[in-house]
Amino acid sequence: MSNEVEKTAAAAGTKPLLEVSHLKKYFKVGNKRTLKAVDDVSFNIMPGETLGVVGESGCGKTTCGRTCVGMYDPTDGTVLYNGKNIHELKGAEKKAFTKEVQIIFQDPYASLNPRMTVAEIIGEGMDVHGLYTGKQERQERIGQLLRMVGLNQEHANRFIHEFSGGQRQRIGIARALAVEPRFILCDEPLSALDVSIQAQVANLLIRFQKELGLTYMFIAHDLAMVKHISDRVAVMYLGSVVELATSAEIYSNPLHPYTEALMSAIPIADPDIEDSRQRIMLEGEVTSPIDVPPGCKFQSRCPRAKECCRKDAPELKEVSPGHFVACHFAGK
Amino acid sequence: MAEEKVMTPQVEEEAVEIGKNWKANPHKWTGDPNQPLLEVKNLRVSYHTYAGEVQSVRGVNFDVKHGEILAVIGESGCGKSVTARTIMSLIRHPGVVKEGSQILFEGKDVLSMSKKELSQYRGGDCGMIFQDALVALDPTMRVGKQIMENLRIHSKMTKKEAKEEAIRLLDVVGIPNAETRFRQYPFEFSGGMRQRAMIAMAVACQPKLVIADEPTTALDVTIQAQIMELLKRLRDEDGTSIILITHDFGVVAGFADKIVVMYAGQIVERGSRKEIFYNPQHPYTWALLGAVPRLDWENKQMLRTIRGTPPDLVAPPKGCPFARRCELCMNVCLEEMPPVKEFPGEGPENHGHSAMCWLYADDAPAEVREKAEALRVKGGEGHE
Ligand SMILES: Nc1ncnc2c1ncn2[C@@H]1O[C@H](COP(=O)(O)OP(=O)(O)OP(=O)(O)O)[C@@H](O)[C@H]1O
Ligand SMILES: Nc1ncnc2c1ncn2[C@@H]1O[C@H](COP(=O)(O)OP(=O)(O)OP(=O)(O)O)[C@@H](O)[C@H]1O
Ligand code: SF4
Ligand code: SF4
Ligand SMILES: [Mg+2]
Ligand SMILES: [Mg+2]
Repeated sequence: MSNEVEKTAAAAGTKPLLEVSHLKKYFKVGNKRTLKAVDDVSFNIMPGETLGVVGESGCGKTTCGRTCVGMYDPTDGTVLYNGKNIHELKGAEKKAFTKEVQIIFQDPYASLNPRMTVAEIIGEGMDVHGLYTGKQERQERIGQLLRMVGLNQEHANRFIHEFSGGQRQRIGIARALAVEPRFILCDEPLSALDVSIQAQVANLLIRFQKELGLTYMFIAHDLAMVKHISDRVAVMYLGSVVELATSAEIYSNPLHPYTEALMSAIPIADPDIEDSRQRIMLEGEVTSPIDVPPGCKFQSRCPRAKECCRKDAPELKEVSPGHFVACHFAGK
Repeated sequence: MAEEKVMTPQVEEEAVEIGKNWKANPHKWTGDPNQPLLEVKNLRVSYHTYAGEVQSVRGVNFDVKHGEILAVIGESGCGKSVTARTIMSLIRHPGVVKEGSQILFEGKDVLSMSKKELSQYRGGDCGMIFQDALVALDPTMRVGKQIMENLRIHSKMTKKEAKEEAIRLLDVVGIPNAETRFRQYPFEFSGGMRQRAMIAMAVACQPKLVIADEPTTALDVTIQAQIMELLKRLRDEDGTSIILITHDFGVVAGFADKIVVMYAGQIVERGSRKEIFYNPQHPYTWALLGAVPRLDWENKQMLRTIRGTPPDLVAPPKGCPFARRCELCMNVCLEEMPPVKEFPGEGPENHGHSAMCWLYADDAPAEVREKAEALRVKGGEGHE
C-alpha cells in the first residue's frame, strides 16, 4: 500500500485525527417524542490509535460512530477530521474523506449489494478511487484481499447470499481495506466470526495499524477482544460516555458502577468457573432513551445511587490522569 | 480477575428484570425423558451454484433430548446455519436436502411434512432465532405486528390479545417503552434490540424446541447474561430443548449440556461440556480452544490462529477435512476419511464423547502421538 498514508500520519503528529465535541444525535419517534440516541458526547482519537467503544445494547454506539464518519448529520455538536468539520466537506476534500474513512458494518448482509459478485463489491471502491493500473493488478489485489481475510480466489465470482454470516463479515472487511483507508469505523467486526478467524482478523487489523498507522474506532461487545485491540476504551450508557481510560486501567480499575457490572458479567470459557461464579445483576428497569428523567441516567439501576443522583447529572471528570468518569461518587 | 471486583454481589434469581413478566408454559411436556425430541440422521445438504455443487452439510448425525441444551460450535461457514435451517425445513432452491437424510421431530419426519403440518411445526413446535436479525425481520412491517402475526397463526388469540401479548413479550426480553417500540420498524431498533425482538418472536408460542443461531452476538454482556438466563428458564421450567449455535465459548461453558464441534460440513468431535473443555481430543478443537479471547492477553500481541484456509466445499477433500491445516497430518489423513473413536468419560453425563481423527488409530506412528501430546490444549487453563 502507499506510504503516503504513513507520511500523512506522521505529519499529523500529535494532533488528534478525530475530534468529537458535544455531539448530539436525536431521532423523532411517534407522537412527537424525541429519542436521544447520542447525547452530548466528546472524545478524541489520535492517529494510529484504537479507541474501543463498549456499552449496553441500544446505548448509541452505532449512531455515534455513524455520525462521526458523516453517515448521519448531527443534531448538534461537531466532528473534526484532520481539523476539518466533516459535515461541511465539499468537492475533492469530500472525495478524499470517503476514501480515507471506511466502515465495517454491524449487519454485513444488509450493507452489501446482493446483486454484485464479491469481486465487484471489493473492486468498487478501488474503481472509484483509481487504485490500480490494469485489469490484472485489480484482480490480483482482490485475490490478495480475499486471502488476507481467510477466503479464496474461488469465492470472487460468487454472490453474497451464497456465504455464511461470518464469510459475509469478512467480505465487508476486505471491501473496507481495499481502498487503503486511514480511519476505519469497525462496528462489531468480529462478532459473527469463529474464534480462530477472529484472531486472524484481529491480527490483521493490528498489523495494518503497526505498518500503516491506521486509526480505528472499534465498537464491540467482546470485552476481552476490546481490551486486546484498544489503546483506550470508552464506555457508553444511554447516549453518554460514562467512563474513558486506557484499556489496562479500565479493566483493572473500573470506577463507574455500570462498567463494574459489565466487567463482572464477562463470560469465561471455563465450565467450572461459569458454574460457580456470581455476576452483578443490574436491578431495576432498563431506562429508555425516550424521555430520559433528570439526574444520572444510570440511577434506576445503580446500586450506589443516592438522593443527589436523582437531581444532578454527573459530568465526565478526570479523576486520575487520563481516566475520566461520570459519577458523583467516582473514586470516593 | 472479574470475580474479585464485586461490589454487592446479588443472587441472580432476585435481580433479573428481563423475564420479569414471563409466564410458565401451561402445557408442560410429560413423556419418556429418554426418547429424543429431535433426531438428525445422515443429513446432507448441497447448494447448486454457478461454481458447482457446494456441499454445505456432509453427513451430520445428532439428537436432542427433551430439556437438553446442545451447543454447536465450529468454523465460520462449516454448515451450522444450514443445518439449523434444514431442521426448520427452510431449504429452498438452489439448496437441496440429499436423498437419505432424515430429520425426526417426536418421531415424525419433518422433511415430508405437509404444508399444514409445517405451519404448525414452524414457529409453533419449533422456534428459530435467526443469525441475521435484520434480514429475518420484514423491513416493511412494524416489529410489533410481526410478533402479533406469528401469535395469531399459532393460537386463537384475538387481535387485542395478540397485541397485548406482543407488548408483554418485548418487555420480557428487556426492551423498554414496549408500547412505543411496538409501532416502530426494524431499522429504528439498534442491532441488539432487533436480536431481542427475534428472540421474543421465537419463544412467543412456547415451542418445544428453540434453535438459537448466535442469539446474543449483538448484545452487551449484562444483557447477554440475562437473555441466557431467560433461555435457561425455558429449559428448567418448561422442559424446552435448545440448540445453541455460537462462537462464544464463555456462553457455551456456562450453558450447554452437550457440545458438537463442526468442521467443513461434518461433526469432528462431540461430548459433554466438561469433556470438550477439559479433555478435548480433536486437533481442530485444540486449535479453537487455543484461540478463545482471554483477558490476560497482552495488548496488541499477535494471536494464535490456524494456518491456511478451510477447504472449498465445492470440492471437499476425500480424507480428513482438517488435513491441510493440521500440524499432525499423516499420509492416511489425506487419503481416507478418519474413523470415529469413542472416549469413555467419567460419570454418565460425560458419556458419548467421540472424535473423528486418525491419531487414535492403533497404527498411528509414535512420534505423531508424541507431537500431539505437546499440542493438546485444555480449555480453562490459566483462567483459575
Ligand atoms: N434510524 C433510526 N431511527 C430511529 N431511532 C433510531 C435509529 N437508529 C437508531 N435509533 C435508536 O437509537 C438508539 C441507539 O441505537 P444504536 O443503533 O446506536 O445502538 P447501539 O449502541 O449500536 O446498540 P447495539 O449494541 O444493540 O447495536 C436506539 O434506541 C435505537 O432504537
Ligand atoms: N444460498 C447459498 N448458496 C450457496 N452456498 C451457500 C448458501 N448458503 C450457504 N452456503 C454455503 O454453505 C456453507 C455453510 O454455510 P452456513 O451458513 O451453514 O455456515 P455457518 O456454519 O452458519 O457459518 P457462520 O458461523 O459464518 O454463520 C458455506 O460455505 C456457504 O458458503
Ligand atoms: S452518579 Fe449516582 S446513580 Fe449515577 S452512577 Fe454514580 S452513584 Fe450511580
Ligand atoms: S485425521 Fe489427521 S489431519 Fe485430520 S485432524 Fe486427525 S491427525 Fe489431523
Ligand atoms: Mg450497534
Ligand atoms: Mg451461521
